[in-house]
Amino acid sequence: MDDLLREFVTETKESLDVVDVELVRFEQEPNNAKILDHVFRLVHTIKGTCGFLNLPRLEVLAHAAETVMGKFRGGAPASADAVTLILATIDRIKIILATLEREQREPEGTDADLIADLEALSGGADRNADPPERAAGMPPAQVLERPLRPGEDSLEDLERAFRETPVDSAVPKAQAVHVKDEDPAKAASQSIRVPVDTLEQLMTMVSELVLTRNQLLEIVRGQDESEFKTPLQRLSNVTAQLQEGVMKTRMQPIGNAWQKLPRVVRDLGHELGKQIDLEMHGAETELDRQVLDLVKDPLTHMVRNSADHGLETPAERRALGKPECGRVRLSAYQEGGQIVIEIADDGRGLNTERIKAKAVSQGLATVAEIEKLSEAQIQKFIFVPGFSTAAQVTNISGRGVGMDVVRNNIDQIGGTIDVRSVAGQGVSFIIKIPLTLAIIAALIVEAGGERFAIPQLSVSELVRLRRGGDHRIEYIKDTAMLRLRDRLLPISRLTRLLGLETVLKAADEGFVVVVEFGSQAFGVVVDGVFQTEEIVVKPMSSRLRDIAMFSGNTILGDGAVIMIVDPNGIVQALGGTVATQLAAAEAAALARAERKTVKDAATSLLLFRAGSPQQKAVPLALITRLEEIDARTIELSNGRHMVQYRGHLMPLISLDDRVSVKGEGAQPLLVFSDGSRSVALVVDEIVDIVDQTLEIQVASSSPGVLGSAIIDGQATEIIDIGHFVPLVFADWFRGKDERAPARKPSVLLIDDSPFFRNMLAPVLQAAGYDVTAIARAREALDLLGGGAKFDVVVTDIDMPEMDGFALAERLRADARTANLPVVALSSVVTADTIERGRRVGFHDYVAKFDRPGLIAALKEQVDVSVAA
Amino acid sequence: MTTERTEQTMDEYVTATVGGQRFGLPILRVQDVFVPERLTRVPLAAPEIAGLLNLRGRIVTLIDVRRRLRLRGDGAEGPAMAIGVESQGESYGLLVDSVGEVVALDPKLRESNPVNLDPWIAEVSAGIYRLEDQLLVLIDVDRILGIGRKAVAA
Repeated sequence: MDDLLREFVTETKESLDVVDVELVRFEQEPNNAKILDHVFRLVHTIKGTCGFLNLPRLEVLAHAAETVMGKFRGGAPASADAVTLILATIDRIKIILATLEREQREPEGTDADLIADLEALSGGADRNADPPERAAGMPPAQVLERPLRPGEDSLEDLERAFRETPVDSAVPKAQAVHVKDEDPAKAASQSIRVPVDTLEQLMTMVSELVLTRNQLLEIVRGQDESEFKTPLQRLSNVTAQLQEGVMKTRMQPIGNAWQKLPRVVRDLGHELGKQIDLEMHGAETELDRQVLDLVKDPLTHMVRNSADHGLETPAERRALGKPECGRVRLSAYQEGGQIVIEIADDGRGLNTERIKAKAVSQGLATVAEIEKLSEAQIQKFIFVPGFSTAAQVTNISGRGVGMDVVRNNIDQIGGTIDVRSVAGQGVSFIIKIPLTLAIIAALIVEAGGERFAIPQLSVSELVRLRRGGDHRIEYIKDTAMLRLRDRLLPISRLTRLLGLETVLKAADEGFVVVVEFGSQAFGVVVDGVFQTEEIVVKPMSSRLRDIAMFSGNTILGDGAVIMIVDPNGIVQALGGTVATQLAAAEAAALARAERKTVKDAATSLLLFRAGSPQQKAVPLALITRLEEIDARTIELSNGRHMVQYRGHLMPLISLDDRVSVKGEGAQPLLVFSDGSRSVALVVDEIVDIVDQTLEIQVASSSPGVLGSAIIDGQATEIIDIGHFVPLVFADWFRGKDERAPARKPSVLLIDDSPFFRNMLAPVLQAAGYDVTAIARAREALDLLGGGAKFDVVVTDIDMPEMDGFALAERLRADARTANLPVVALSSVVTADTIERGRRVGFHDYVAKFDRPGLIAALKEQVDVSVAA
Repeated sequence: MTTERTEQTMDEYVTATVGGQRFGLPILRVQDVFVPERLTRVPLAAPEIAGLLNLRGRIVTLIDVRRRLRLRGDGAEGPAMAIGVESQGESYGLLVDSVGEVVALDPKLRESNPVNLDPWIAEVSAGIYRLEDQLLVLIDVDRILGIGRKAVAA
């Protein structure tokens, strides 16, 4: 019963949150029957469940509310009073639920007041048969014995459901409980509730797994022929999927944190006599549930603030020529690795004079100091602990726990909050919070002999600096700028930012990592760029947390500890003012728009994505075809993915271990052919084909990547296909006769065992032979007698009817086949059999399981026969 | 400063030497002793932060005791040693010239900080032991880590 109750409480709470929102909507759109139906159903469900759990107070309340809503459904007008009353009822239900959660029982007391109001509203008379006292005194065993109330037909359904299950004898009460147990399970079979701790623990373990995986990859990286490669690749794929999966379980739409807001704003509006329109945008934006929990309260607080302090009364607004209805706008969107939440109102704006006075009276600044501060700096005082400008403490806000608390909460999750206010036009708060992906992709760079990680999400492109190259650094006094296309990018050496530079060095060599943070772009000059690596972000030790330049640290695959550079810290260090940042942002937007229209005719490049969000490209001329195949046709053979393509097995290759072959759906492939050989590159997505000059190049240290270029405004890896194709063919086609690529040597394989035929034929095909596999020696003679030509015959010795020796004798005896090389296969290789084989004319003798031996023997025989 | 007895009751200490001076750390606070390898510098950090290192998968912040206490000398002749300690769930290492034996000391031999003690040492010292051959400075681990200090001393 405990579990049942807990589940009921959780579910009902969720339902009630929805009811809140829906009712507010309903009030605004009283004619929307759909909303009403929805609310009605939710309340009805709550009522029904209460009956089963013997919660008379809840049941009667829900019932009364349901009745009123029934009237609305019947066409009665939904007055604001009526909605308020129902909302009050819902609040009461919440209070009862809270006690229920704590004490496992309903609180003492009566709801006669609300019920009387509700009944008065619904006309009362027809519900007299159901007074609350009766319900309250009802013993649980009588649940099924009382007359059914309207709306309780579900019991019949349960009864029927029960009859259909093969249970012989059960007391009525047990029936109810039993069926009730199944009911929610049916409805909720698609989701289960998992304690957050379990998910957190899972996340920690996945983080450790990622680290270990990286370490293993690092060990194997240098070795071409490692037996660990294939299983490690698999491990890597699984780890990546696991990581993604666990991440997903933690993500929730931010709308969950907003659910209560319409109700809050509605109540506030009523209380304050204001008309408030709450707009919500981007409710579907997802973020980590831990972060979500932490921003929930600050957001509610800020929306209250906006409604209470921000917005004027309708009369004031009228006088100012504004629409009477005030607006609070809540929006969320993802920008880079963070979520931006904006809370804006169109009210009176912050009163800087009052903030000044308060700051002075609280001793935060002297009058002289405060006069020197800018508006924006003054406005920031509202984030100082204990600061509240509300002239009088209202019920809603202004209790001195104000923006400082909000700021504290946001600081806690590594976010930032900023305020912009224009007198008479409103205030907007901009909150930026990290997605807190505990695992991020980072670009590993080198500066001053040390390695640093820069979050990949904030890196927009890489530019190589060379003396006399296209891109050079220009100086205005000591500040360096880079002319990048048609904008000027403020840049600084990372060593300088980090104080690693003893001598001021001219920044004319190295790489510029173009970092976009928020609406700003800037360049960080580094000495070298290594690979991108998935890193597990670990917080800096508390001794080092005051260094704004780093957001954390991590252990790399090779075991070294490195710092993660915080783009936010760089912005601050670069000291960009808002004005220049805005100018830069505008210029960037302009440049982006222009770039889209200007296209130099040059190389055609195919853009695709594989393994990472970063764009990759390969010259289109190298690609034979673009294919999309059904992922289910991909077969795994000898640890490699294969697909049957135009009558051949085509190996699939991945750029790196982050690219996984899809399990189902359509798998896009880039097919490359060289002579008769084809391989396909597995990609996640084919993006586009562009014509572009490869102007900016960053040579790559990782094999398989020619370098990076800016394509369509994005840093793009140019893939070296020449690296991948030999990887597949070098070991698969070793021993292939290079002189005759046009025609494959043909092999006639005779073995009575289908197992060996099936095993050997693919091996020989993979080695570059055209294989005809048959089961009987007699068929071989028929084929050869019929004029079929083969370069070599491979035959089993022990076969029914005619064995290998007899076959060889027959072939020798026939002039047409006398010179045909015959290789014998046997599971038994003894000196005797070899001697006998030689006598009958076997050219070679190979043990059945010796595949390399067979391939070597075939090569030798074919070479001899071609030479002859 | 009188002869008040600090609240510390343990009397087993791990001893270490830095710049010729002997120090003692309460044994219960010492996690391990290790040779620091592959140290990563932390730019912009206070000078006494020697760097970070990976000790069996944990990131350890190494604090150079010599710099922390403004002791003389450039470093140990042999390889430096580090004493691993933990504070508030974080791992730290105290970089010292050498680590000596574990000593059990009679609390009666312990004195509070003399008034003329060097201020840098006084800041982290929990008292002085009068050993026969020399004086041993008892280190308060939390204070030498500087946890809770507002600004990093220049």
